[in-house]
Amino acid sequence: MDRFRRNLMSSQVLIKAENLSKRYGDCLAVDNISFEVFKGECFGFLGPNGAGKTTTVKMIHCVLPPFSGELSVAGMSVFEKPREIKKMIGVAPQEENLDPDFTVMHNLLVYARYFDIPKIEALRKAEELLKLFQLEEKRNVIIDQLSTGMKRRLILARALINEPQILLLDEPTTGLDPQARHLIWDKIRSLRKQGVTIILTTHYMEEAAELCDRTLIMDYGKIIEEGKPSDLVKKHAGEEVLEVDFDAKVMKTLQKRFPEARLEVLSERIHVFTSKPHGVFASFLKESSSRNALIRNANLEDVFLKLTGRRLRE
Amino acid sequence: MKLSRHVISGFSLPKLTYRVWKVWHRDWDVFTKTFKVNFFPPLLEPIFYLLALGFGLGRFVQPVEGLSYIKFIAPALVSISMMYSSFFECTYGSFVRMYYQKTFDGIIATPVSLEEVIAGEMLWGATRSLISSAIVLSVVASFGLISSPLAVLVPFLAFLNGLMFSTIAMCFTSIAPNIDFFNYPGFLFITPMFLLCGTFFPLTELPPFMQTFAGTFLPLTHTVNLTRGLIFGNLETSLLASLVWIAIVTLIFFILSINLMRRRLIK
Repeated sequence: MDRFRRNLMSSQVLIKAENLSKRYGDCLAVDNISFEVFKGECFGFLGPNGAGKTTTVKMIHCVLPPFSGELSVAGMSVFEKPREIKKMIGVAPQEENLDPDFTVMHNLLVYARYFDIPKIEALRKAEELLKLFQLEEKRNVIIDQLSTGMKRRLILARALINEPQILLLDEPTTGLDPQARHLIWDKIRSLRKQGVTIILTTHYMEEAAELCDRTLIMDYGKIIEEGKPSDLVKKHAGEEVLEVDFDAKVMKTLQKRFPEARLEVLSERIHVFTSKPHGVFASFLKESSSRNALIRNANLEDVFLKLTGRRLRE
Repeated sequence: MKLSRHVISGFSLPKLTYRVWKVWHRDWDVFTKTFKVNFFPPLLEPIFYLLALGFGLGRFVQPVEGLSYIKFIAPALVSISMMYSSFFECTYGSFVRMYYQKTFDGIIATPVSLEEVIAGEMLWGATRSLISSAIVLSVVASFGLISSPLAVLVPFLAFLNGLMFSTIAMCFTSIAPNIDFFNYPGFLFITPMFLLCGTFFPLTELPPFMQTFAGTFLPLTHTVNLTRGLIFGNLETSLLASLVWIAIVTLIFFILSINLMRRRLIK
């Protein structure tokens, strides 16, 4: 009975990392992290550049061996079954690595071959993906002639050629215009609905809030916070944020009026964070004479900046 | 005990499966798409050599080892094509795919392993050698410079020789900081072999220590010996030594190159 329950539990956990570390020379890129990803969820790795997100993702799909700790995917250790793990994963890397020697269509077909997908099946699947990502007209175009957005779509299409159970998306929308970004978001949402487990790294907080069921915030190789985006916002940034143009007098008034609140000055604006519920700033806004005062909903970016600081990393 | 399997830098024998051929197939697909570019240079280049050195310079040269000069250099041209095509495929070609195109990164995200990628690249280098030498061989044959039916075995030899040069090339690729680096092996390793390994004059004309050096350390010497043996049908027992030499060197560099590439790419 106990064993049965354990099996049931572990079938829910698709990816499990325990005390996972990765070292490059003297640099500890991932420092003793543990986390679990459940089947069917969209799980986001957030963090500034160099936080260890990409390294973690690369360890999951078995192209980087962990330095220490345990990491398993669908119950298989990355040390023992890399091929089996890679078979069930689709990867859209951060760095564009489409094959420039081939056309759009041929990129998909050659990639399918690496997965042992028979030619007829590959053709059918490739057609389907070109349609899904609106690349049908580009099928015979060489990669160099595609726009950034098209390349991104093709990378995503390529990641789906093996009908993966897990999709790893490393900054899937970096450098895209809003149209292309929304198209990719739509595809991610519909894949998730079909039951694909999605792992996403991003430093766009809006993206994480839109797509992720749970997120994990990393910094300097460590996990500094973990949870549902909405819970994290509530916990660290409250419900509402008041923003006012910076002025020493206003600052003092605010401190007096909201003694429990956290005040931060960011690009000549005062941001007031409070754990009090909605409406706490409304009366202040009415009375206030200061220009450009506004109340907005707290968001994940507030959380991110609070936890990882404002200093530039690179 | 638990930590030991995390240590990855150890030297080991590569574990390869049939997936090696998927990497080979990828390179083959590119080759056939750019067929004309790949076909004409190896066809025309030996003709220039035969015209310039064979007919031009050859007029002033007395018979070498009982052969007209053009006949003497014909097997060398076939050998040189094996060396150039495979060596440059696995230096410049592989480096571009690894470093600029990130092709290897794309492939290792699939069930194909890095070891298989490298092995596939080298088998492709060997195939390039086979193709190029077959083209040169047919040019040489059309000039009537082949005197033994054993010459049909040259493509097989070309594959083995190409594999040897590919494995050596891949070792250079594994340590190349940038693409200009290949000037070193190009000018200091390939060019001396092109000139000195019994190609355009008999090895015996070299000072004795150079003969020993070329016979011991320069692979092309053995390639030329074997090719000449097949094209003229003189199978001496010394050729067996050359064949064994090539087999051993290929095996050593095959294992070494894969280990060096793993160290470079899997940190």
